[in-house]
Amino acid sequence: MKPMIEARGIVNRFGAQVVHDGLDMVAYEGEVFGIVGGSGSGKSVLLRTILGLQRPQAGEVKLEGRDITHLTWDELRSAKAGYGVTFQQGALYSSLTVLQNIQLPMIEHLSLPPDALDALARLKVAIVGLPAESAAKYPAQLSGGMIKRAALARALALDPQILFLDEPTAGLDPISAAAFDALVMALQRDLALTIVMITHDLDTIFRTCNRVGVIVDRHMVSGTVGEIVDNPHPWIREYFHGERALRFGGGHGA
Amino acid sequence: MHLSAEHSDGRLTLRLLGEWRASALPDIRAELAAVPLHDAHEIAVDARGAQRLDLSGAWLLREFLDTAAAGSARRVGFVGDPPAQLALIDRTRAGEAAAAASPPGSADEQSPIVAVGRTAVGQWRGLADGLDFLGRITVQAARAGGSLRRLRPISVARHVYETGITAIPIVALIAFLISVIIAYMSAQQLLNFGAEIYVVDLVTIGVLRELGVLLTAIIVAGRSGSAFAAEIGAMKLNEEVDALTATGVEPVEVLVLPRVLGLVIALPLLTVIADGVGLAGGALLCKWLLDMPIIQYFARVEDAISATTFWAGLVKAPVFAVLIATAGTYRGLQVRSSSRELGRLTTVAVVQAIFLVILADALFAVLFMEIDF
Repeated sequence: MKPMIEARGIVNRFGAQVVHDGLDMVAYEGEVFGIVGGSGSGKSVLLRTILGLQRPQAGEVKLEGRDITHLTWDELRSAKAGYGVTFQQGALYSSLTVLQNIQLPMIEHLSLPPDALDALARLKVAIVGLPAESAAKYPAQLSGGMIKRAALARALALDPQILFLDEPTAGLDPISAAAFDALVMALQRDLALTIVMITHDLDTIFRTCNRVGVIVDRHMVSGTVGEIVDNPHPWIREYFHGERALRFGGGHGA
Repeated sequence: MHLSAEHSDGRLTLRLLGEWRASALPDIRAELAAVPLHDAHEIAVDARGAQRLDLSGAWLLREFLDTAAAGSARRVGFVGDPPAQLALIDRTRAGEAAAAASPPGSADEQSPIVAVGRTAVGQWRGLADGLDFLGRITVQAARAGGSLRRLRPISVARHVYETGITAIPIVALIAFLISVIIAYMSAQQLLNFGAEIYVVDLVTIGVLRELGVLLTAIIVAGRSGSAFAAEIGAMKLNEEVDALTATGVEPVEVLVLPRVLGLVIALPLLTVIADGVGLAGGALLCKWLLDMPIIQYFARVEDAISATTFWAGLVKAPVFAVLIATAGTYRGLQVRSSSRELGRLTTVAVVQAIFLVILADALFAVLFMEIDF
């Protein structure tokens, strides 16, 4: 399997606080990789590092084999067109409609005629399951679930091969969360995407992820979902086998 | 090259090659347009040769095939399975068609008369809302007036510092420059009549009665009116104002009142400073330009002013402060939903604050003349 996202020996420090101390992470082509960890364990910092929003003190990040920590501005720009991101709160541009939100990356990165721009953006609105009339709405007029879907549509704007999702189902009711997971899975299958998601949702992990990476003690422990569930580390045990997890049906495969 | 076309007795075989990606869309489009369709009864697409077919590429292929199939009786088929990306598009389209397309909303067309009416009503409501807001501030101030704690002295002090203390340098500089300009201009004219002593009268009365307070108010409107609107507007966007209300805390009491009180304290103090610096500037210029000794300048100042000159300027400061703080906080609280609103309402706040200050100043001028103040 070809590694799509590779982070090696990542060190992130903020003053005296060490967040990552030689963290390694690999996500292979076509898989859904879940990042799990306690609050403050550095999940978002890791994501920001991989996205090139933040330079690590040490280590390297490779996207499709290219080290993004040492690229020129132009190369970084084209590397960024190769992935799509959804942020926790959606981060839709509040003064643009949903359609304009989706078109913005296309206008910036591609030279498309106006009719194609319009049709492709509308196609993406439909693919994420938003009703056609929501294309003309502003983010403030959307519900939480619709914002998540609109953000996903914008992440797909450039037809990336890699998708990063930061807590995609946080704040959704279980039914909407399941529907969102199903959508992500369908897109992953049909578009052959590689997906990296940060999530706290055990349901989402068991439904969608092929492999999971847990950030504990400033390092990452990764493996298939089954391997991680059986990992003896106390935090991981508590996470997958604690009272909370048992309520979801007996610790899934333990 | 993204495709190769092959004809054999009415059957057109399209082989996709290379990368069918969004970035190559214009090129692929041109190549598709060049495919000779006219004598083909059947089109067979072989997508297996494409190294990559993304959603945009699949969309283009679907558009091409739909156009090719429309009108004539051409059959369209695939060699092997149709690519998954194309299947996703077809599934999505089918789902869309099933969810019966709702009629597009009626276009928001307006006749000019309707537009005039709407604007008039809108303006009237805006005025009423503004008065309502002023009323709410008054009620809150009266309610909070009973206890020191509810007047939030710490918060008020912060606003006195931010709107007053930090504004001293710019206010002083502007007051100095303005008095220099007045002195210089009037000296040039009055020298013709040998009446240069009246330069002092012009500077003194001009600065104390009008320009000291007016310019200070305009600077503060630009500095603090915008800050109030932006700060409260950002809190609105972040739902902080809703959080306050839900906690049972009245936003007008914690956000608006301290700002109004802070500015009511700060603006008169700034005005006093502007007056002092203005007079000093006049003195410097009289000495430098007219060789008038400082002693004589201040003796003349005493002659020029009456008991009320200074107060006629200063009494306006608290009124201006209320206008500026109200406009800023009111517009900030009107921000809803988008960052563009925030920018627009911040602009409105400043423009309106400056307008209200100048309007009030004109009313004061008329009033003072009538009562001979």
